[in-house]
Amino acid sequence: MSVRAEPAVAKASPFYDPRVRGFVYQALLIGTLGWLLYEAAANAAANMRARNIPTNFDFWNKTSGFDINFTLVPYSAQSTFGDAFWVGLWNTLLVAAVSVVFATLLGFAVGIARLSTNWLVAKAAAIYVESLRNIPLLLQLLFWYNAILKPLPNVRESLVIPGLFGAPFAYLNNRGLILPEPKFGPGFAWTAAAFALGVALTAAFAVWAARAQRLTGAQKPVGLVGLAFVVGLPLIAFFAAGQPLTLDYPVLRGFNFAGGARVLPELVALALGLVLYTATFIAEIVRSGIQSVAVGQSEAARALGLGTKPMLRLVIIPQAMRVITPPLTNQFLNIVKNSTLAVFVGYPDLVSVFAGSVLNITGAAVQIILATMAVYLVISLLTAAVMNAWNNRAMIRER
Amino acid sequence: MKHLLFAALGAAALACSALGAGAATLDQVKQRGQLACGSNSGLTGFGLPDDKGQWTGLDVDFCRAVAAAVLNDPAKVKFIPLSAKDRFTALQSGEVDVLARNGTWTSSRESDLGLLFAAVNYYDGQGFMVRKKLNVNSALELNGASICVQQGTTTELNLADYFRSNNMKYEGVVFADVNEVIKAYDTSRCDAFTTDVSQLYGERVKLVNPDEHVVLPEVISKEPLAPAVRQGDDQWFDIVKWTHFAMINAEEFGITKANVDEKLKSDDPGVRRLLGVEGDFGKGLGLTKDWAYRIVKAVGNYGEAFERNVGQGSKLKIARGLNNLWNKGGIQYAPPVR
Repeated sequence: MSVRAEPAVAKASPFYDPRVRGFVYQALLIGTLGWLLYEAAANAAANMRARNIPTNFDFWNKTSGFDINFTLVPYSAQSTFGDAFWVGLWNTLLVAAVSVVFATLLGFAVGIARLSTNWLVAKAAAIYVESLRNIPLLLQLLFWYNAILKPLPNVRESLVIPGLFGAPFAYLNNRGLILPEPKFGPGFAWTAAAFALGVALTAAFAVWAARAQRLTGAQKPVGLVGLAFVVGLPLIAFFAAGQPLTLDYPVLRGFNFAGGARVLPELVALALGLVLYTATFIAEIVRSGIQSVAVGQSEAARALGLGTKPMLRLVIIPQAMRVITPPLTNQFLNIVKNSTLAVFVGYPDLVSVFAGSVLNITGAAVQIILATMAVYLVISLLTAAVMNAWNNRAMIRER
Repeated sequence: MKHLLFAALGAAALACSALGAGAATLDQVKQRGQLACGSNSGLTGFGLPDDKGQWTGLDVDFCRAVAAAVLNDPAKVKFIPLSAKDRFTALQSGEVDVLARNGTWTSSRESDLGLLFAAVNYYDGQGFMVRKKLNVNSALELNGASICVQQGTTTELNLADYFRSNNMKYEGVVFADVNEVIKAYDTSRCDAFTTDVSQLYGERVKLVNPDEHVVLPEVISKEPLAPAVRQGDDQWFDIVKWTHFAMINAEEFGITKANVDEKLKSDDPGVRRLLGVEGDFGKGLGLTKDWAYRIVKAVGNYGEAFERNVGQGSKLKIARGLNNLWNKGGIQYAPPVR
C-alpha cells in the first residue's frame, strides 16, 4: 500500500511535505536565534565603543601592580594581568581538587554509615546529611571561616606543634598553619627517578603476578614487593646522593613567620565548607547506589563463600558504581562551580583575582566575564569527559 | 557570586540597551522624575542609610544637591548601593546617572573605563589603621605584616607600590566586600587595615572598641574622591561639575542654608550672579537660573555639608585640612559663575 502511495506524496506541493516543513521551521528558528545573538553582540560592541570601554584583551600583557597572598606559580606586583589569571586558575584548581578528593572520601564513608546496622552510627550520619545539605553553602562558608579564625591565637601566641626531639616543628595561629618548607638539593632528581622506577617495577610485577595467578592459582605478595620497590628504591637513592633535602624552618620575625610554607585559613575554610556540604549529597548518592543492587546479589556472593570485604569489593561496589558515577559527576562539577564563593572568605581564586581585581583595574568587564565563564565551562566539560569515560568502562556490557 | 552576577547583568545591559550614550541624561532624569545615584552601601560620613532608612553623607548630599538643581527637590533621588567592584560597571551600563561613591579620580578610569570625574568633593589619601597594643607608630614599621584590603580599589595598587618602594614585605588579604574586610581585621586575621583615611575614621567608629585602634600618621597616596559620570554627555557632565562649584562658591560668599533667602537681596554682584538674581547662568546648563539657589537651599554650602557629615558636627570629627577653601589654607577652589 505504501509503495502505491509514494508517487502521490512526491507529486504533492512541497508546502505540504512534512520533511520540507520541518527543515524550514528549524532553519527559521536557527536563523532567528543567530540574528538575535549577532544583534546583541553588535549592539554591545557598539555601546562599548561609544563609551570608550575596551573591547579587546590588550591588558593581558600589562603590569598588574597588585599582589596576591597565595600563589602556586611565581607572581609579584610586577607580573602581568595574564600571570594573575594563571595564579587564580591554579588556586581554583587546587581548592577544587582538594575538595573533590575529601568530599568523595567523606561522602562514601557517610553513605555507607547511613546503611549501618548500628542505630547510633546510622542516625548520626542521617542527622549530618539532613542538616548540612539544607543550609545554604555561603552561610556555611562564612560560618567556617569565622569558626576557624576566632579560636586561633595571634601570631605571637602561636600554638607550637613539636616535632622529633621536642623542637618546634610547625605553628598554628590565625594566619594559618605554618610548616617547614622542604628545600630540594641538586641530587634530589635521582630520588624522584628512583620513585618513578619503583612504581613502574611494581606495575610490571602486578601484571606478572595476575597472569601467574590465572595460570597456576598461586598468589604473589604484590603489596610487599610493591612497598619495597616504591619506598625502598627512593630511600637508597636518597642516601646515596647524600640526603639532598633540607627543611626550611619558619622563624617568627616581626608580625609574621618568615620562611616555611603556609596553609591559609581561607583555603581551609573554603575547602572545609565545600567538602562538608558536597559530601552530604555524595553520601545520598552512595546510599542509593548501594541500595539499588538487588539483595540476591549479596546472597549469591555469600552462597559462593565470599566474606564481607571481598563481597563488597567484587560484587556490590562494581554494580553500585554504575548507579553512582553519573550523579557523582554532577557533584564534582558543583564543587568546581561553588568554589567561586571563595571571594567571600578572601581566598584568591579565579573569580576573586581575575573577575575581581583584574576586572576592576582594567575595566574590561565583558571580556573578562566571558573568559571566566569559558574557563569554568572548560573545567566542567573536562571533568565530565573524564567521568563519562570512566562510567563507560564500568557500564554493563550488553551483548 | 553576587558580584559575578552583577557584572554579568552589566554586560547584558550593555548588550540589550539601545545606544543610549548620545541621549541626554538630563532629559532622562527629568522624564523619570528621579535621579539615580550610585552610592556607597554603608560608609559613615559618605553614604549610609540611617535607622529610619534616610541616606546621609557627603556623597549623599552631593546627589541631593544635583537633584535640587535639576528636579527642584532634594528628595527625588534613588540611592543605589554599589560595592567598590561593581560601581563603574553600574555607571557604564546606565544603571546610575551619577556615581558619588568616594571614587578616586585616576587617569585610567577616565581613559579606559569611559568615565569623567566631575570635581573633587573630598581630597583624601590612603592610610593604615592598627591596634594600639601592637605599639606601631609608623607605617614603615609594618614590614612583614598581614594587611586587610578591599578588592577593586586603588588601595590594592597603592599598597603594593608602597611596600615595594620601601623594600618591605606584606601579606595582603583581599575581600570583595568591605564588611568582610572589617570582620577579618576585627578577628586579628590582619595586623592592619588599609583604605582612604576618611574611611578608616568612618569604619573605626563602627568597631567594638574604637579607642583600641589608631590611624597611623602616614598618608601614602593621593586620593581625590570625585563624583563621576559617563563620557559622551557634556551637558550632564557640566551640571554635575557645577553643582560642586556652586557649593564651593556659596561657602566662599558666606551663603548658607539659613541665610540664602536673605542673600538674594545682596548687593555683591558675585552673589547675585550665583543665586540667579542677575543674569541667567542656568540656561546654558539646561537648568533654570535659580539652580544654585536651590542647591544651597536644599543642602547648604560645601562647608556645611562637610561639617554635618564628616566634620565637627559628626561622629568622625575630621578636620577640614586640604578640604578647606583655598583662601583658608585648603585646596578647594571653584571657578567663578559668570
